[in-house]
Parts: sequence; C-alpha cells; structure tokens
Amino acid sequence: MATTSTMFMYSLTVQPPTAITQAILGQFAGTKEQQIVTASGSRLTLHRPDPSQGKILTALSHDVFGIIRAIAAFRLAGSNKDYIIITSDSGRITIVEFLPAQNRFSRLHLETFGKSGVRRVIPGQYLAVDPKGRACLIASAEKNKLVYVLNRNSQAELTISSPLEAHKAQTLVFALVALDVAFSNPVFAALEVDYGESDQDPTGQAYEEIEKTLVYYELDLGLNHVVRKWADPVDRTATILFQVPGGQDGPSGVLVCGEDNITYRHSNQEAFRVAIPRRRGATEDPQRKRSIVAGVMHKLKGAAGAFFFLLQTEDGDLFKVTIEMAEDEDGAPTGEVQRLKIKYFDTVPVSSSLCILKSGFLFVASEFGNHQFYQFEKLGDDDEEIEFTSDDFPVDATEPYTPVYFHPRPAENLSLVQSVDSMNPLMDCKVANLTDEDAPQIYSICGTGARSTFRTLKHGLEVNEIVESELPGVPSAVWTTKLTRSDTFDAYIILSFTNATLVLSIGETVEEVTDTGFLSSASTLAVQQLGEDGLIQVHPKGIRHIRADRRVNEWAAPQHRSIVAATTNERQVAVALSSGEIVYFEMDSDGSLAEYDEKKEMTGTVTCLSLGEVPEGRVRSNFLAVGCDDSTVRILSLDPDSTLENKSVQALTSAPSALSIMAMADSSSGGSTLYLHIGLYSGVYLRTVLDEVTGELSDTRTRFLGPKPAKLFRVSVQGQTAVLALSSRPWLGYSDPVTKAFMLTPLNYPGLEWGWNFSSEQCTEGMVGIQGQNLRIFSIEKLTDNLLQESIPLSYTPRQFVRHPEHPYFYTIESENNVLSPATKAKLLEDPAIVNGDATVLPPEEFGYPRGRGHWASCISIVDPITEKSVLQKVDLDDNEAAVSMATVSFASQEDEVFLVVGTGKDMIVSPRSSTAGFIHVYRFHEEGKEIEFIHKTKVEEPPMALLGFQGRLLAGVGKDLRIYDLGMRQLLRKSQTEVVPNLIVGLQTQGSRIVVSDVQESVTMVVYKFQENKLIPFVDDTIARWTSCTTMVDYETVAGGDKFGNLWLLRCPTKASEEADEEGSGAHLLHERQYLQGAPHRLALMAHFYPQDIPMSIQKTNLVAGGRDCLLWAGLQGTLGILIPFVGREDVDFFQTLEQHMRSEDAPLAGRDHLIYRSYYVPVKGVIDGDLCERYTLLPTDKKQMIAGELDRSVREIERKISDIRTRSAY
Amino acid sequence: MADKLRAQQQLEQLQARYVGTGHADTTKFEWSSNIQRDSYASYVGHPPLLSYMAIGMGECREKVRGAMIEKMIQPVGKPPEVQD
Repeated sequence: MATTSTMFMYSLTVQPPTAITQAILGQFAGTKEQQIVTASGSRLTLHRPDPSQGKILTALSHDVFGIIRAIAAFRLAGSNKDYIIITSDSGRITIVEFLPAQNRFSRLHLETFGKSGVRRVIPGQYLAVDPKGRACLIASAEKNKLVYVLNRNSQAELTISSPLEAHKAQTLVFALVALDVAFSNPVFAALEVDYGESDQDPTGQAYEEIEKTLVYYELDLGLNHVVRKWADPVDRTATILFQVPGGQDGPSGVLVCGEDNITYRHSNQEAFRVAIPRRRGATEDPQRKRSIVAGVMHKLKGAAGAFFFLLQTEDGDLFKVTIEMAEDEDGAPTGEVQRLKIKYFDTVPVSSSLCILKSGFLFVASEFGNHQFYQFEKLGDDDEEIEFTSDDFPVDATEPYTPVYFHPRPAENLSLVQSVDSMNPLMDCKVANLTDEDAPQIYSICGTGARSTFRTLKHGLEVNEIVESELPGVPSAVWTTKLTRSDTFDAYIILSFTNATLVLSIGETVEEVTDTGFLSSASTLAVQQLGEDGLIQVHPKGIRHIRADRRVNEWAAPQHRSIVAATTNERQVAVALSSGEIVYFEMDSDGSLAEYDEKKEMTGTVTCLSLGEVPEGRVRSNFLAVGCDDSTVRILSLDPDSTLENKSVQALTSAPSALSIMAMADSSSGGSTLYLHIGLYSGVYLRTVLDEVTGELSDTRTRFLGPKPAKLFRVSVQGQTAVLALSSRPWLGYSDPVTKAFMLTPLNYPGLEWGWNFSSEQCTEGMVGIQGQNLRIFSIEKLTDNLLQESIPLSYTPRQFVRHPEHPYFYTIESENNVLSPATKAKLLEDPAIVNGDATVLPPEEFGYPRGRGHWASCISIVDPITEKSVLQKVDLDDNEAAVSMATVSFASQEDEVFLVVGTGKDMIVSPRSSTAGFIHVYRFHEEGKEIEFIHKTKVEEPPMALLGFQGRLLAGVGKDLRIYDLGMRQLLRKSQTEVVPNLIVGLQTQGSRIVVSDVQESVTMVVYKFQENKLIPFVDDTIARWTSCTTMVDYETVAGGDKFGNLWLLRCPTKASEEADEEGSGAHLLHERQYLQGAPHRLALMAHFYPQDIPMSIQKTNLVAGGRDCLLWAGLQGTLGILIPFVGREDVDFFQTLEQHMRSEDAPLAGRDHLIYRSYYVPVKGVIDGDLCERYTLLPTDKKQMIAGELDRSVREIERKISDIRTRSAY
Repeated sequence: MADKLRAQQQLEQLQARYVGTGHADTTKFEWSSNIQRDSYASYVGHPPLLSYMAIGMGECREKVRGAMIEKMIQPVGKPPEVQD
C-alpha cells in the first residue's frame, strides 16, 4: 500500500506561494467596490484594494488543492455581482461565488468534462467569457474547445449548460479571447495553427508555409451550437490577443500582437497595423524587436468609444494604444476604424496580469518579484511623447517598413503607492541564527534581473515605535489609567521604582504631576480606575482609594505583613499578603471599597493574582485566579454565596509568575471564550479555557517563550483584546484576522520588563513598556503578516549562496543570460560612433539591463545582512563567464584555511546545454570575510554545476564526473575522478566519506570515497528518474530532496548496503560487485513522497523555533516555504491519518480535484500527511466539526489543540 | 470477422478522441512527436515549470510560452520520407 510507511511526516505551509499566475478584477462582493482575485499555485486569494490608504489588503486565501490553470470573472446581465470561473487540473469547470458575510468562497457549479491532470488535449489552458456573461469557452493547447452556456433559471440562480464541442484536430491554440459583440450571438476569437499538413510533408515545405490564423467561433444561442464562423491568416509571430470593445463602445474585433507589431483585426473591418516602438539608447540594439507580453483594456466612464489599451513589452515598457474611429455628423464615433495609435506610457515590472481599477489604480501582478500597486496621475493624454499611427505602416507583415523608436524615461503617469512583498522566484534559502536570538532567521535569495533581492525572514510582528525616552531611574513597572469611567483616553502614566512612584500626565506633552493623590514615597503594585471616578493605588503597605474630589481612603495592611500581589478591575480588588492570605474587596453602591470579612489562607506564598474584566451588565467578575509558589493555580469563586471558595486547581511544571483572565474571540465556539493565561517562572506560557459557570480549567496549550519568567498583560490591538506576554522577548497573543485562530507571535522589538495598554489622542491603540531605563510607547499596525521581511538589492538573478563558516556574511553568485556585461556596456558607451551624445543610463531596477543574445553578465556579491544590510563587495566576472556553483572549502594542504570556490561556464547556451569551457575560481577571504581576493582559476571541460568541501579538499561535479581537487599554487590539482551518474551532476552532499550525488535527471546516487585506494565508488542508486533540484542528508542513510516537477521525497539506503560500503578495506570488493540492472549494485528505498506543487529549490534539516524539534524546511520557486515535521509516535499518525481522511470527504477541494490524487500527482503519496488540509478543520462549520470529532472519538477542542500543537512545536 | 471490425472501429474511435493513441504501425516520428508535444503542453500548463524554464533562459514567461507552443508544430523535425 502506498500510504503505509515506517516513517511519517506532517507537511505544513509556513508561507504560501506569492507568485501570481493570473489576477482578475471584479465586483465579487456584489457591491460597487472592486476586488482583485489572484491565482497563485493552488491558492485562490481575494484582495481588497483600499483607495483611501492606497493599499491592497488580503481578505481571503483559499487553498483549492489543485493546480489553478486559469480564472475569469463574469456577470449575468442585470446582476451586479461577479462570479469566478476556475479551470484547474481536475478536468472540471468550477464556478465560485464570494460570500462577503461569511468571508468564504462557495461553489455554485462543478461540471466534469475530461480527464484530470494538465494535459495537451484537456481543456482548461485557455478560458474566455463573453463580456455579457452568456457563455464561456475553455480550450486546451491542442484540438479541444468546449463552450458552456451560462444562464439563470426562474429562481434567478445561475445555470450552466452541457458543453458544446468546437474541436478541431491537429490545431494548436496560442491565445483565446471573447469578442465584445454586445447582445448578438457570443463570438470567441482564437489564434490557431494547423500542423496537419506539415506533419505529412517530408520536404519541409508545408512547415515553411504554415499560416497562423485568427478564427472566430460563434455560439448560435438559437440553434445551441458552435460554428467556425471566420478564419483569416495573421502575422506568423502573433501570440497574444486583446478584446476591443464593441456595441455602443467601439468597433469590436481584436488586437493581434506579434513580434514588432500590433494589428487590429475584425471580420467586417480593414486591418490596421502599427509597429511596437523600440528603445533608443546607447547600449540598446536597434535591431531587436519587441513583442507584447501582457496588457489590459480599459473603458472610460461616460463617453462612448472612450477606451484605451495598456500593452506591455518584455522590457516592461507600457504603451498606450488607442483606436480612432470615423465620426458621424454629430461627432459620435460610428464604429468604423480609421487608425490605430500607439505611444509610450511608462515602464513597470514585466507582469503576468494587469488590472486597472475604477478608483484610478493599476495593479501589476509581476511575473517575478514584488507586485506593484500604482496610482494613475494622468492618462498620458497631453504629453510630449511621439504618437505613431497605423497610417505609416503596411498591413502586410512581410512588407518592409522603418522601425520606430522612443526614449524610455522615469514614470510620469503612474506613481507607486505600494509594493507587495513577493519572494517569487525564490532561488535558494538557508536557515541560520546570525543575530543570537532565541529563534533562527531564514535567509533567501529571490527575484530576477536587477530586481533581485537578498531577503531576511524573521518570525515576528512589525512594531511601530512612537516614543522612546530615558528615565531618571530604572522603573520596575508602568501603568496607564484614565480618570473617570467615561474617558476615552488615558490621563496618567504611573511609573513604579524600588521605593518611589512617579506620575506623569498625558497631554500635549508628557510631564510629571504631583498633586494626584498617589503615594509617591513607596513603590506601586497596581493602579486602577475604580467605579465612576475613583482611582486605586495598591502599594506594599496598603490600598489607597483616591476619590474624584481628591479625598483619600486608605486601607492599611495588617501589621508585620505586606502586600505581595494585587489584582484589580473596575469594581473589585484582591490582594495577597506576605503571610499567604488573600484579602478581597468589592466596590459597594456608594463607590467605596468594602472588605470581605474573611481572609482566605493559601497553602504557599502567593506569586500572582488575576481578576477578569467585569462582564457587560454584571457587577463582578466571578473568578479570582491565584498562583502559588507550590506550582499551582487555583480558581476561587467570587460569587456572594460562595466567596473565596475553591473551584478548581491546576498543577504546573513551575511556579506561575503571571496570570490573566481574559475573554477572547475563539474559533472553535465561534464566539468569545474566557481564557486563563498563565506565565511561568520557567518562561513557559499556558493558555487554558476557564469555564464561565463551573470555573473548571480545560484545554491547556503550552508554548515556550524564552528563558526569562513570563509576564502577561491585557492590551488592545486592532480592536481586539490581545495578550502581551513578556519573557526574553515580547510576544503577542491574538486571533488571526482572517482565520480567527489564536496566534502567538514575537514582536520585532527589544525585550521589555513590563508593558501596559496605552491610549491617547495621537495613538489610540498603543502599548507602553519598560526596557531597562527607557520608557517606550509603541503600537502594532498589522496582524495579518507574521513573517517580517527585509530586502537587500542584488545586481543580477541570484543562483546560489553560501555563508561564511564563522562570520555573519553571505556570498551570492548572480548571473543573467542575454544581458550585456558591465565591461561590454562600458565599451559601447565609450564608442562615440554609437553613443551620438545620448548616454543617459536609466536605473536598471526599473528599466532592466540592455540585452544582447548570447551575452552573460555575472558577479559574486558579499552580503552583510546584519550590520550594514547591504552588499559589501561585488566582483564582476568577465570574458562572458557566468557563475554556476559555489562552496566554501577548507583545504587541509593550506593549514585548513577556508577559501571561496566558484564554478563558472564560458559562452553557455541553456538549451540545448552547451558551453566552450568551464572554470573553477578560487578566492581568498580577507578582513574576516568582508572582502575576497582572486587567486587563480582552473579550466575544466564543462561548467562544474556542483562544488563541495570534502575532507580538506574540493569535490566537484563536472559533467558526469565526480572529481577531487587539491589546492595548488597555480591551479587546482586533480586527485581522483570517476564517472558516477548518467547525465550531469547538479548537487553534492556529504557526511563522513559518503557522498550523495544528484543527477539532473536520474535521482541521487550514493558514492563512497575510499581513502586508501583513492577511489570514488557508487554503491546505491534509485529506481525512478527524479529531476533533482535540491537534496539534503537527513541522517547518514537518508536523503530528502525535491525535483523540478514539484515533488518532495525521502530516500533511504538499505542497511546492508550502507554497512558494506563503510567496511574497511571493502574497496576492491565494492569496485567489482555485480551491477544490478545496469546500475549500482543496490537500490534506494522510497520512504516518503509528496506533491506540494511548487518546485523545491532548497531543502534542509533545521529547527525554526526556540526549543522546537527538528523539521525539514523546503523553499519553493514561487515563494513557498513549507516544512515536513516527523511524527514520533504511531498514535499521532493514526489520528492525523483518520482526520485527513475525514477532511477529504467533508471539505472536498473547491475546484473539484480529488485531494489524494492531487497529492499523488506524479508518484503516489507515501508517508506524508497533508497538514494544510488538516488545518482547514478549524474553518469548518460547527456541525461538521462535531461530526468528525464524534467519528474520531474526541472533543472538538482536543482536535483543534492537536492541530495547533503540531504546528507551534516546530514552526510558526 | 465482425469482432475484428468492431475492434478496429473502437480503436479508431479512441484514436479520434484521445490524441496520441498508437496503433500497430506507429512510426518513430509519430511516437516521438507525440511525446514531445505532450511535454511542451505540460511545460506550458504547469505555472512553476514555465517560470523555472523562463528564469533559466533569461526570458519572460509569455515569450517562453509562445515559443513552446511554436515548437509543438514540429517538435522533432521534418517527417521522414515515406517508403512504399
């Protein structure tokens, strides 16, 4: 059976993919407001642009557990709500509606039409919807096209017809759009090539004469069938189509965009063609033709015929294209096209989708790098850009014409308002703790071209610092209080020192006040605004009740005893005395404090107390939590009938240092639940549910915060009650705004000793804290993102990076294909014949680098992510060399000095792979790694794709050969060599004398190095061809890795083979062992296999949280960060396996893909449980939750605790 | 005989519906073009794979997509001369 294994892993996503394959715009909530829906990997995400803030916010993200191929928005005539059509790898068409009230997607229709999977003839690659929402067409790359008629029934519900076929065999589709024909029969336009004849013609003439045709498919709504209405040859290089408005708005038809031209075509109109202007610049090749890669059409409100296109070339330049129409006597456009006009608009990053919002914003879903959100300043109507018209260009693509040029310039029409962080593409990733914090950070290299970055990821919430001021002494605590119950803002900040109290008033400025009635000669234990207008100060010798008229009532502690702990709320006060007694007060009707007659004697010394808030409409909070130094927490009743009676006890692992009873939003009950938060001296934080009636404690969740005793404070963040937990660093416990699940996230802030809520006119929801001698006021603006990113710009597409073995520096290799190297660029700029006085160099981050076929630009950068946060040194490679691999190697022959070794290739061609030579460069570290110095380079036959330090020497994979090099004076010296893999070595890992070699195509091979014989001997390989992209050794026998098709796997060497390989003197035996089926003598066993969809680019065994267990962290190309957590016991495996099974049936994936088959996309899933699916349990409706809980024989809370525990134990 | 005819018809139906279904006389050219076309369609259809290749080639995704479909027209070169 596929699912049984001796090893089980739990797969979780830490950060979902950030690459956007497609973005669509629509009014999905049914209101006037426009939203953007994006497809990224298997996730469908709804973003809500906020025009007032100029920001884009994520409202909902749904994992559909399938590959989303295309999405489209449509609206039925007369409705004001857009629906979403999804085509995925499920072989089904899905129509989804967004329900704003419940903030979820709801599926309306799911129609099966073909096999599952992404295949050549299964429709889904292309999707087009009639602008009036009457029909949609889905097409495959070849042959198949299906048309669905969309309508509504008498109940105004959406209906979908059975599919109508419009297949044409041996026809490839390049692009597909719906035509705007107003209310005539819906027409779809496709760009097609028929390869039927060329496949039969051995002379190749038919291939030469192949034509690309623009084909119209008309859906006859009356006859209910589809006809191929019109077909006409277009430019052979065309790849993309755009819809031109029709009906009242314009002439209808399409724009056909090919290399260096944009052509307007329609069945009843003349063709109009305009060239795409080329960039003019000293380093630009004037012969290079551009093509359109993305674009958007926008209709302006009001005037008929007012519409424009923004079309983008591969350089990122946006062009504004307009169509001029003939006018009738009244000056209204007639729909007869006269000319096509084009002019340069602005330059933005190359996008996969562009969305123009009605509110005047442009969303650019970048194909690589951060997504950008721009605001339109103007529409480029009255500027000095030259406009080119179709009058100057022949319609026939083969006729000659003079190319046109423009000068790119900084943006004039668009201004950037937000850059949405995206790690796509993530090229490599490493976990290291360079800052000596409790938890390590994640370092990664992302992006392409000049927009590449080095990013540091840290688990934490962004903190906005408002005030930091030094105080005269070191305070022990701080409070804020308002003066009367009706005040909205705090009036005083009270600071407690060892034997003094300082009161500051909050106003325009913060200054000391003395006439407040507070006792200033003693330290303070608690401050509270009591009743209508009273104030309470608890100090070690008593309680001071300050009335509004400054009258003071003092309650003194009994003789020889002092107050050690206190807790208050607006009607109650409880204090603990040094003798272990608890004294309880309640406010009576006249606003004075009344002591309860009896004192409660506790068994040990009381360390902390907590009263909850008085619930709305009640006179008291019913429970008092008491923490004692015998490591217990007791809940005492405050009910008048049973005052200070014991309700329940909870034993702890250490003495409690802080308690807090708090009502918080809860995802499992749907409403609000009373929690008791407990902080321990050991730095552990616990959260238990406190039953509002019985006072029973249940459902305890534990988390280690840091080595210092934990302190807890109630604060208010973004309108919700949250808990501020302080240990060696500050943490915030809150419920996630999207999922409503409880989150505990560290703050990106120095460690605080005390914190309190703070609210003033300038800062309504802030916090005040003490850090050493400083008073700090801060606020938290965003709760949605719990991974903090910091970026350092790099020059070219990063390929790999390594860390200095001792110092906190990283070394990256970057290379860029088809881009001029700095040396070539400088040479061009020096040449006066070319420059013509035009030598403005535009910033490459926005405009890209000048391109040139066959050229490479490459460099090595030294990055300091900690102090300088920048690139310290950049070493450019010349001679058309590009770096492909790197390693830090300590050479035994050089007294273990560490060197940086970089593998390069000269004149590389990516496909089919070729190069003129390869080199291995050696660099020496200087200044503790801040600088590198070139020593020498060694020529090898091919670019070495993998390098690794191995037993004081260098291990290099050159083509199929595995070699060992030692460092010589002039070059590297080859010591040993063996051909170990069938194709090309792309990765190396080692432990002891075992080497794991990954092949580009044929999975991994384990090789043993026999020192005596100086031989490298492969002894075990794999049965399946895995196009390995990354590997890591989990233990001596086990390798974890990922491949280019998006699989993750764990392979293990059989014990016998492993032992044999390491036997002393077994070299000769191994060398002559019989091959098994033309491979190595043994085979690796598959332990686990999983399809996460994204391509893993890096995988490593690491620990992500303080005190957490080891897990496997993998990073995917599209920006995914995921982990695999090993299960320790069989019991948990059974539990999660059953839960997963139930989830598959109860929460079937939205797009209709079978979850099990999706996770088994290439190879049946083995030994891995999908945690992302299990985590959806918390989002189920209560009845379903209860049903599953019943089946599993557990309570809903218990299941939710297990799900959240497994995540928090290893990750965020 | 009728059975044979029916089998023949069923096969033809399969071949019409599912592109690439082979028959007894499938040539190397037909087989390999079919495999290559399947591969290119798969590269275009899986977004991460298309990104991976686009980054490797230093091109933008849309151009690589167009080039891949272009290659589907004649993926393995000219068909061989037919020998009678």
